[in-house]
Amino acid sequence: MDMAYAGTQTGAARRKRASVRRHIAPYLFISPWILGFLFFTLGPLLFSLTMSFFDWPVVGERTFVGLDNYRSMFTEDPQFWESLWITVKFAAIYVPFNIVMSFFLALMLHHVTFASGFFRTAFYLPSVISGVALVTIWSWIYSREYGLLNFMLSLVGIDGPNWLGDPNLAIVAIIIASLWGLGGTMLILLTGLKAIPKELYEAATISGVPGWAQMLFITLPMLGPMLIFTFITSIISAFQQLTIALLLTKGGPLGSTYFFAMYVYDNAFKYFDMGYAAAGSWVMFVIVLALSLVVMRWSAAWVYYEGEIRQADGERNA
Amino acid sequence: MRKTFLYSALILASALFIAPFYWTFVTAIKSSAELYQFPPVFWPSEWHWENFAAAWSKQPFGTYLTNSLIVVVFSTVGQLLSSSLVAFGFARFRFPGRDALFILLLATMMIPWDVKMIPLYMEFNMLGWINTLKPLIVPAYFADAFFVFLLRQYIMTVPMEIDEAARMDGANSFDIYWRIHLPLMMPALVLVGTFHFMNAWNDYLGPLIFLNDQSKYTLTLGLSMFKGLHEVDVTSIAAITVILCLPPLVLFFLAQRYIMDGAVGSSVKG
Repeated sequence: MDMAYAGTQTGAARRKRASVRRHIAPYLFISPWILGFLFFTLGPLLFSLTMSFFDWPVVGERTFVGLDNYRSMFTEDPQFWESLWITVKFAAIYVPFNIVMSFFLALMLHHVTFASGFFRTAFYLPSVISGVALVTIWSWIYSREYGLLNFMLSLVGIDGPNWLGDPNLAIVAIIIASLWGLGGTMLILLTGLKAIPKELYEAATISGVPGWAQMLFITLPMLGPMLIFTFITSIISAFQQLTIALLLTKGGPLGSTYFFAMYVYDNAFKYFDMGYAAAGSWVMFVIVLALSLVVMRWSAAWVYYEGEIRQADGERNA
Repeated sequence: MRKTFLYSALILASALFIAPFYWTFVTAIKSSAELYQFPPVFWPSEWHWENFAAAWSKQPFGTYLTNSLIVVVFSTVGQLLSSSLVAFGFARFRFPGRDALFILLLATMMIPWDVKMIPLYMEFNMLGWINTLKPLIVPAYFADAFFVFLLRQYIMTVPMEIDEAARMDGANSFDIYWRIHLPLMMPALVLVGTFHFMNAWNDYLGPLIFLNDQSKYTLTLGLSMFKGLHEVDVTSIAAITVILCLPPLVLFFLAQRYIMDGAVGSSVKG
């Protein structure tokens, strides 16, 4: 009798222990991300937000200045507006080109069978190499006298310009070099194209829907989520543009490629004005966030999300 | 007719994408006499393989390579372990706050690195990690949102019955993760490992901000510094560029199958 009682008690204790473990286990599994989020994301974000309200040199006295960093940035610092304008210009050209060119390349790849693997690899290759290598390669292509680009232009009788030395052309040069790395975007869109059910096109063809209408009413809406995804990631990467400008043009000539990210970088690591730089990075964060939200809002009207069905499948598995 | 047009367009486009690589390789292997010839020499009369060895000895590139390898190997191990653990947690458990946390995880992908760059520098400075390789390695042990998302999608395709059967046999959650799901998600892990390898190997801004001493440089930083000092030594710069490009290219060819059908390969170059 006693023993049986003890038995049930340890049984209950064991069950309780097991249940505690079952409740803690998931948090243990995700704990690396939670810790990482606290120390490498949320912490830094709050830290930099705090810094942006201070005059904060790397060494020495820090003083609380309230909104002064933001105020002087908006009203007294022409470089803030200039670099922001250069970045907006860059994004306004780079983002549409990146998506449209990726879309057409993906569309072409989707319609060929022979050697499609070769072409896909060719388009993706530049995306796997370092930004440093990319810049090195393009600095020779753009070279005025010995460059590959001007040589090719000379073949068709054009006297090639000084790509990296002309304030109007340097930003074009950076856009072209950036577009060389469109492979990632292309791959995402290609994956999206392959996922569109063939039956939709068959049904449309049988009903006599012309090709352009199939593109407009089947391909584009079905590809919508992917297009939006690439749209947003392109905006984010356009606003972060730093490596290429830093190494290819160093912001010049005449500050014509002095991107916003470079302005923030210089404030932090050249002038060691951490508070001011942090304020600049928050301005960028807010702009990127706002643009992303606008894109999502605007897209909600016309994009077809299959996701809800998939989500339900996943839930059943979980 | 339509096919001919398609293929011509594709051949032209792919030539434009590949030509810069070929040009770099040819530049590295040319004699100095042919380097500045006009019209440019596309097929060198002599192939100077020794240009590579000569370039390699002009700076401690061996040290840079060692540093790059240390960063890449240790951070890849950390990334694979941590991201798969977290993905398993999100895919296989129901717990209060799970969905909110997962949305938070996805949202972190939208934060520009520039915003974190300054406070991370301050944070690592306080920890005394500046001018060590730690800032380039340690964060990889705390999972990456994009990789977690990728691995979670993969785990969710595995039937729950497998987990239940293992649990009946007395396996605990960690056993199920370690002995069942980790082997099953090998293809996805290859994808994550490849992407992470490339990110770590190609990273320039991280080393630029966190490292000061030449003895700590990674290969990307070493090359950019060398280029800044010896702008005219085109042959050597080209040779090191070729060497810098090789590992990711080789890895890409080996893992191509996984990358191409491994869903969404987003490579965002900063």
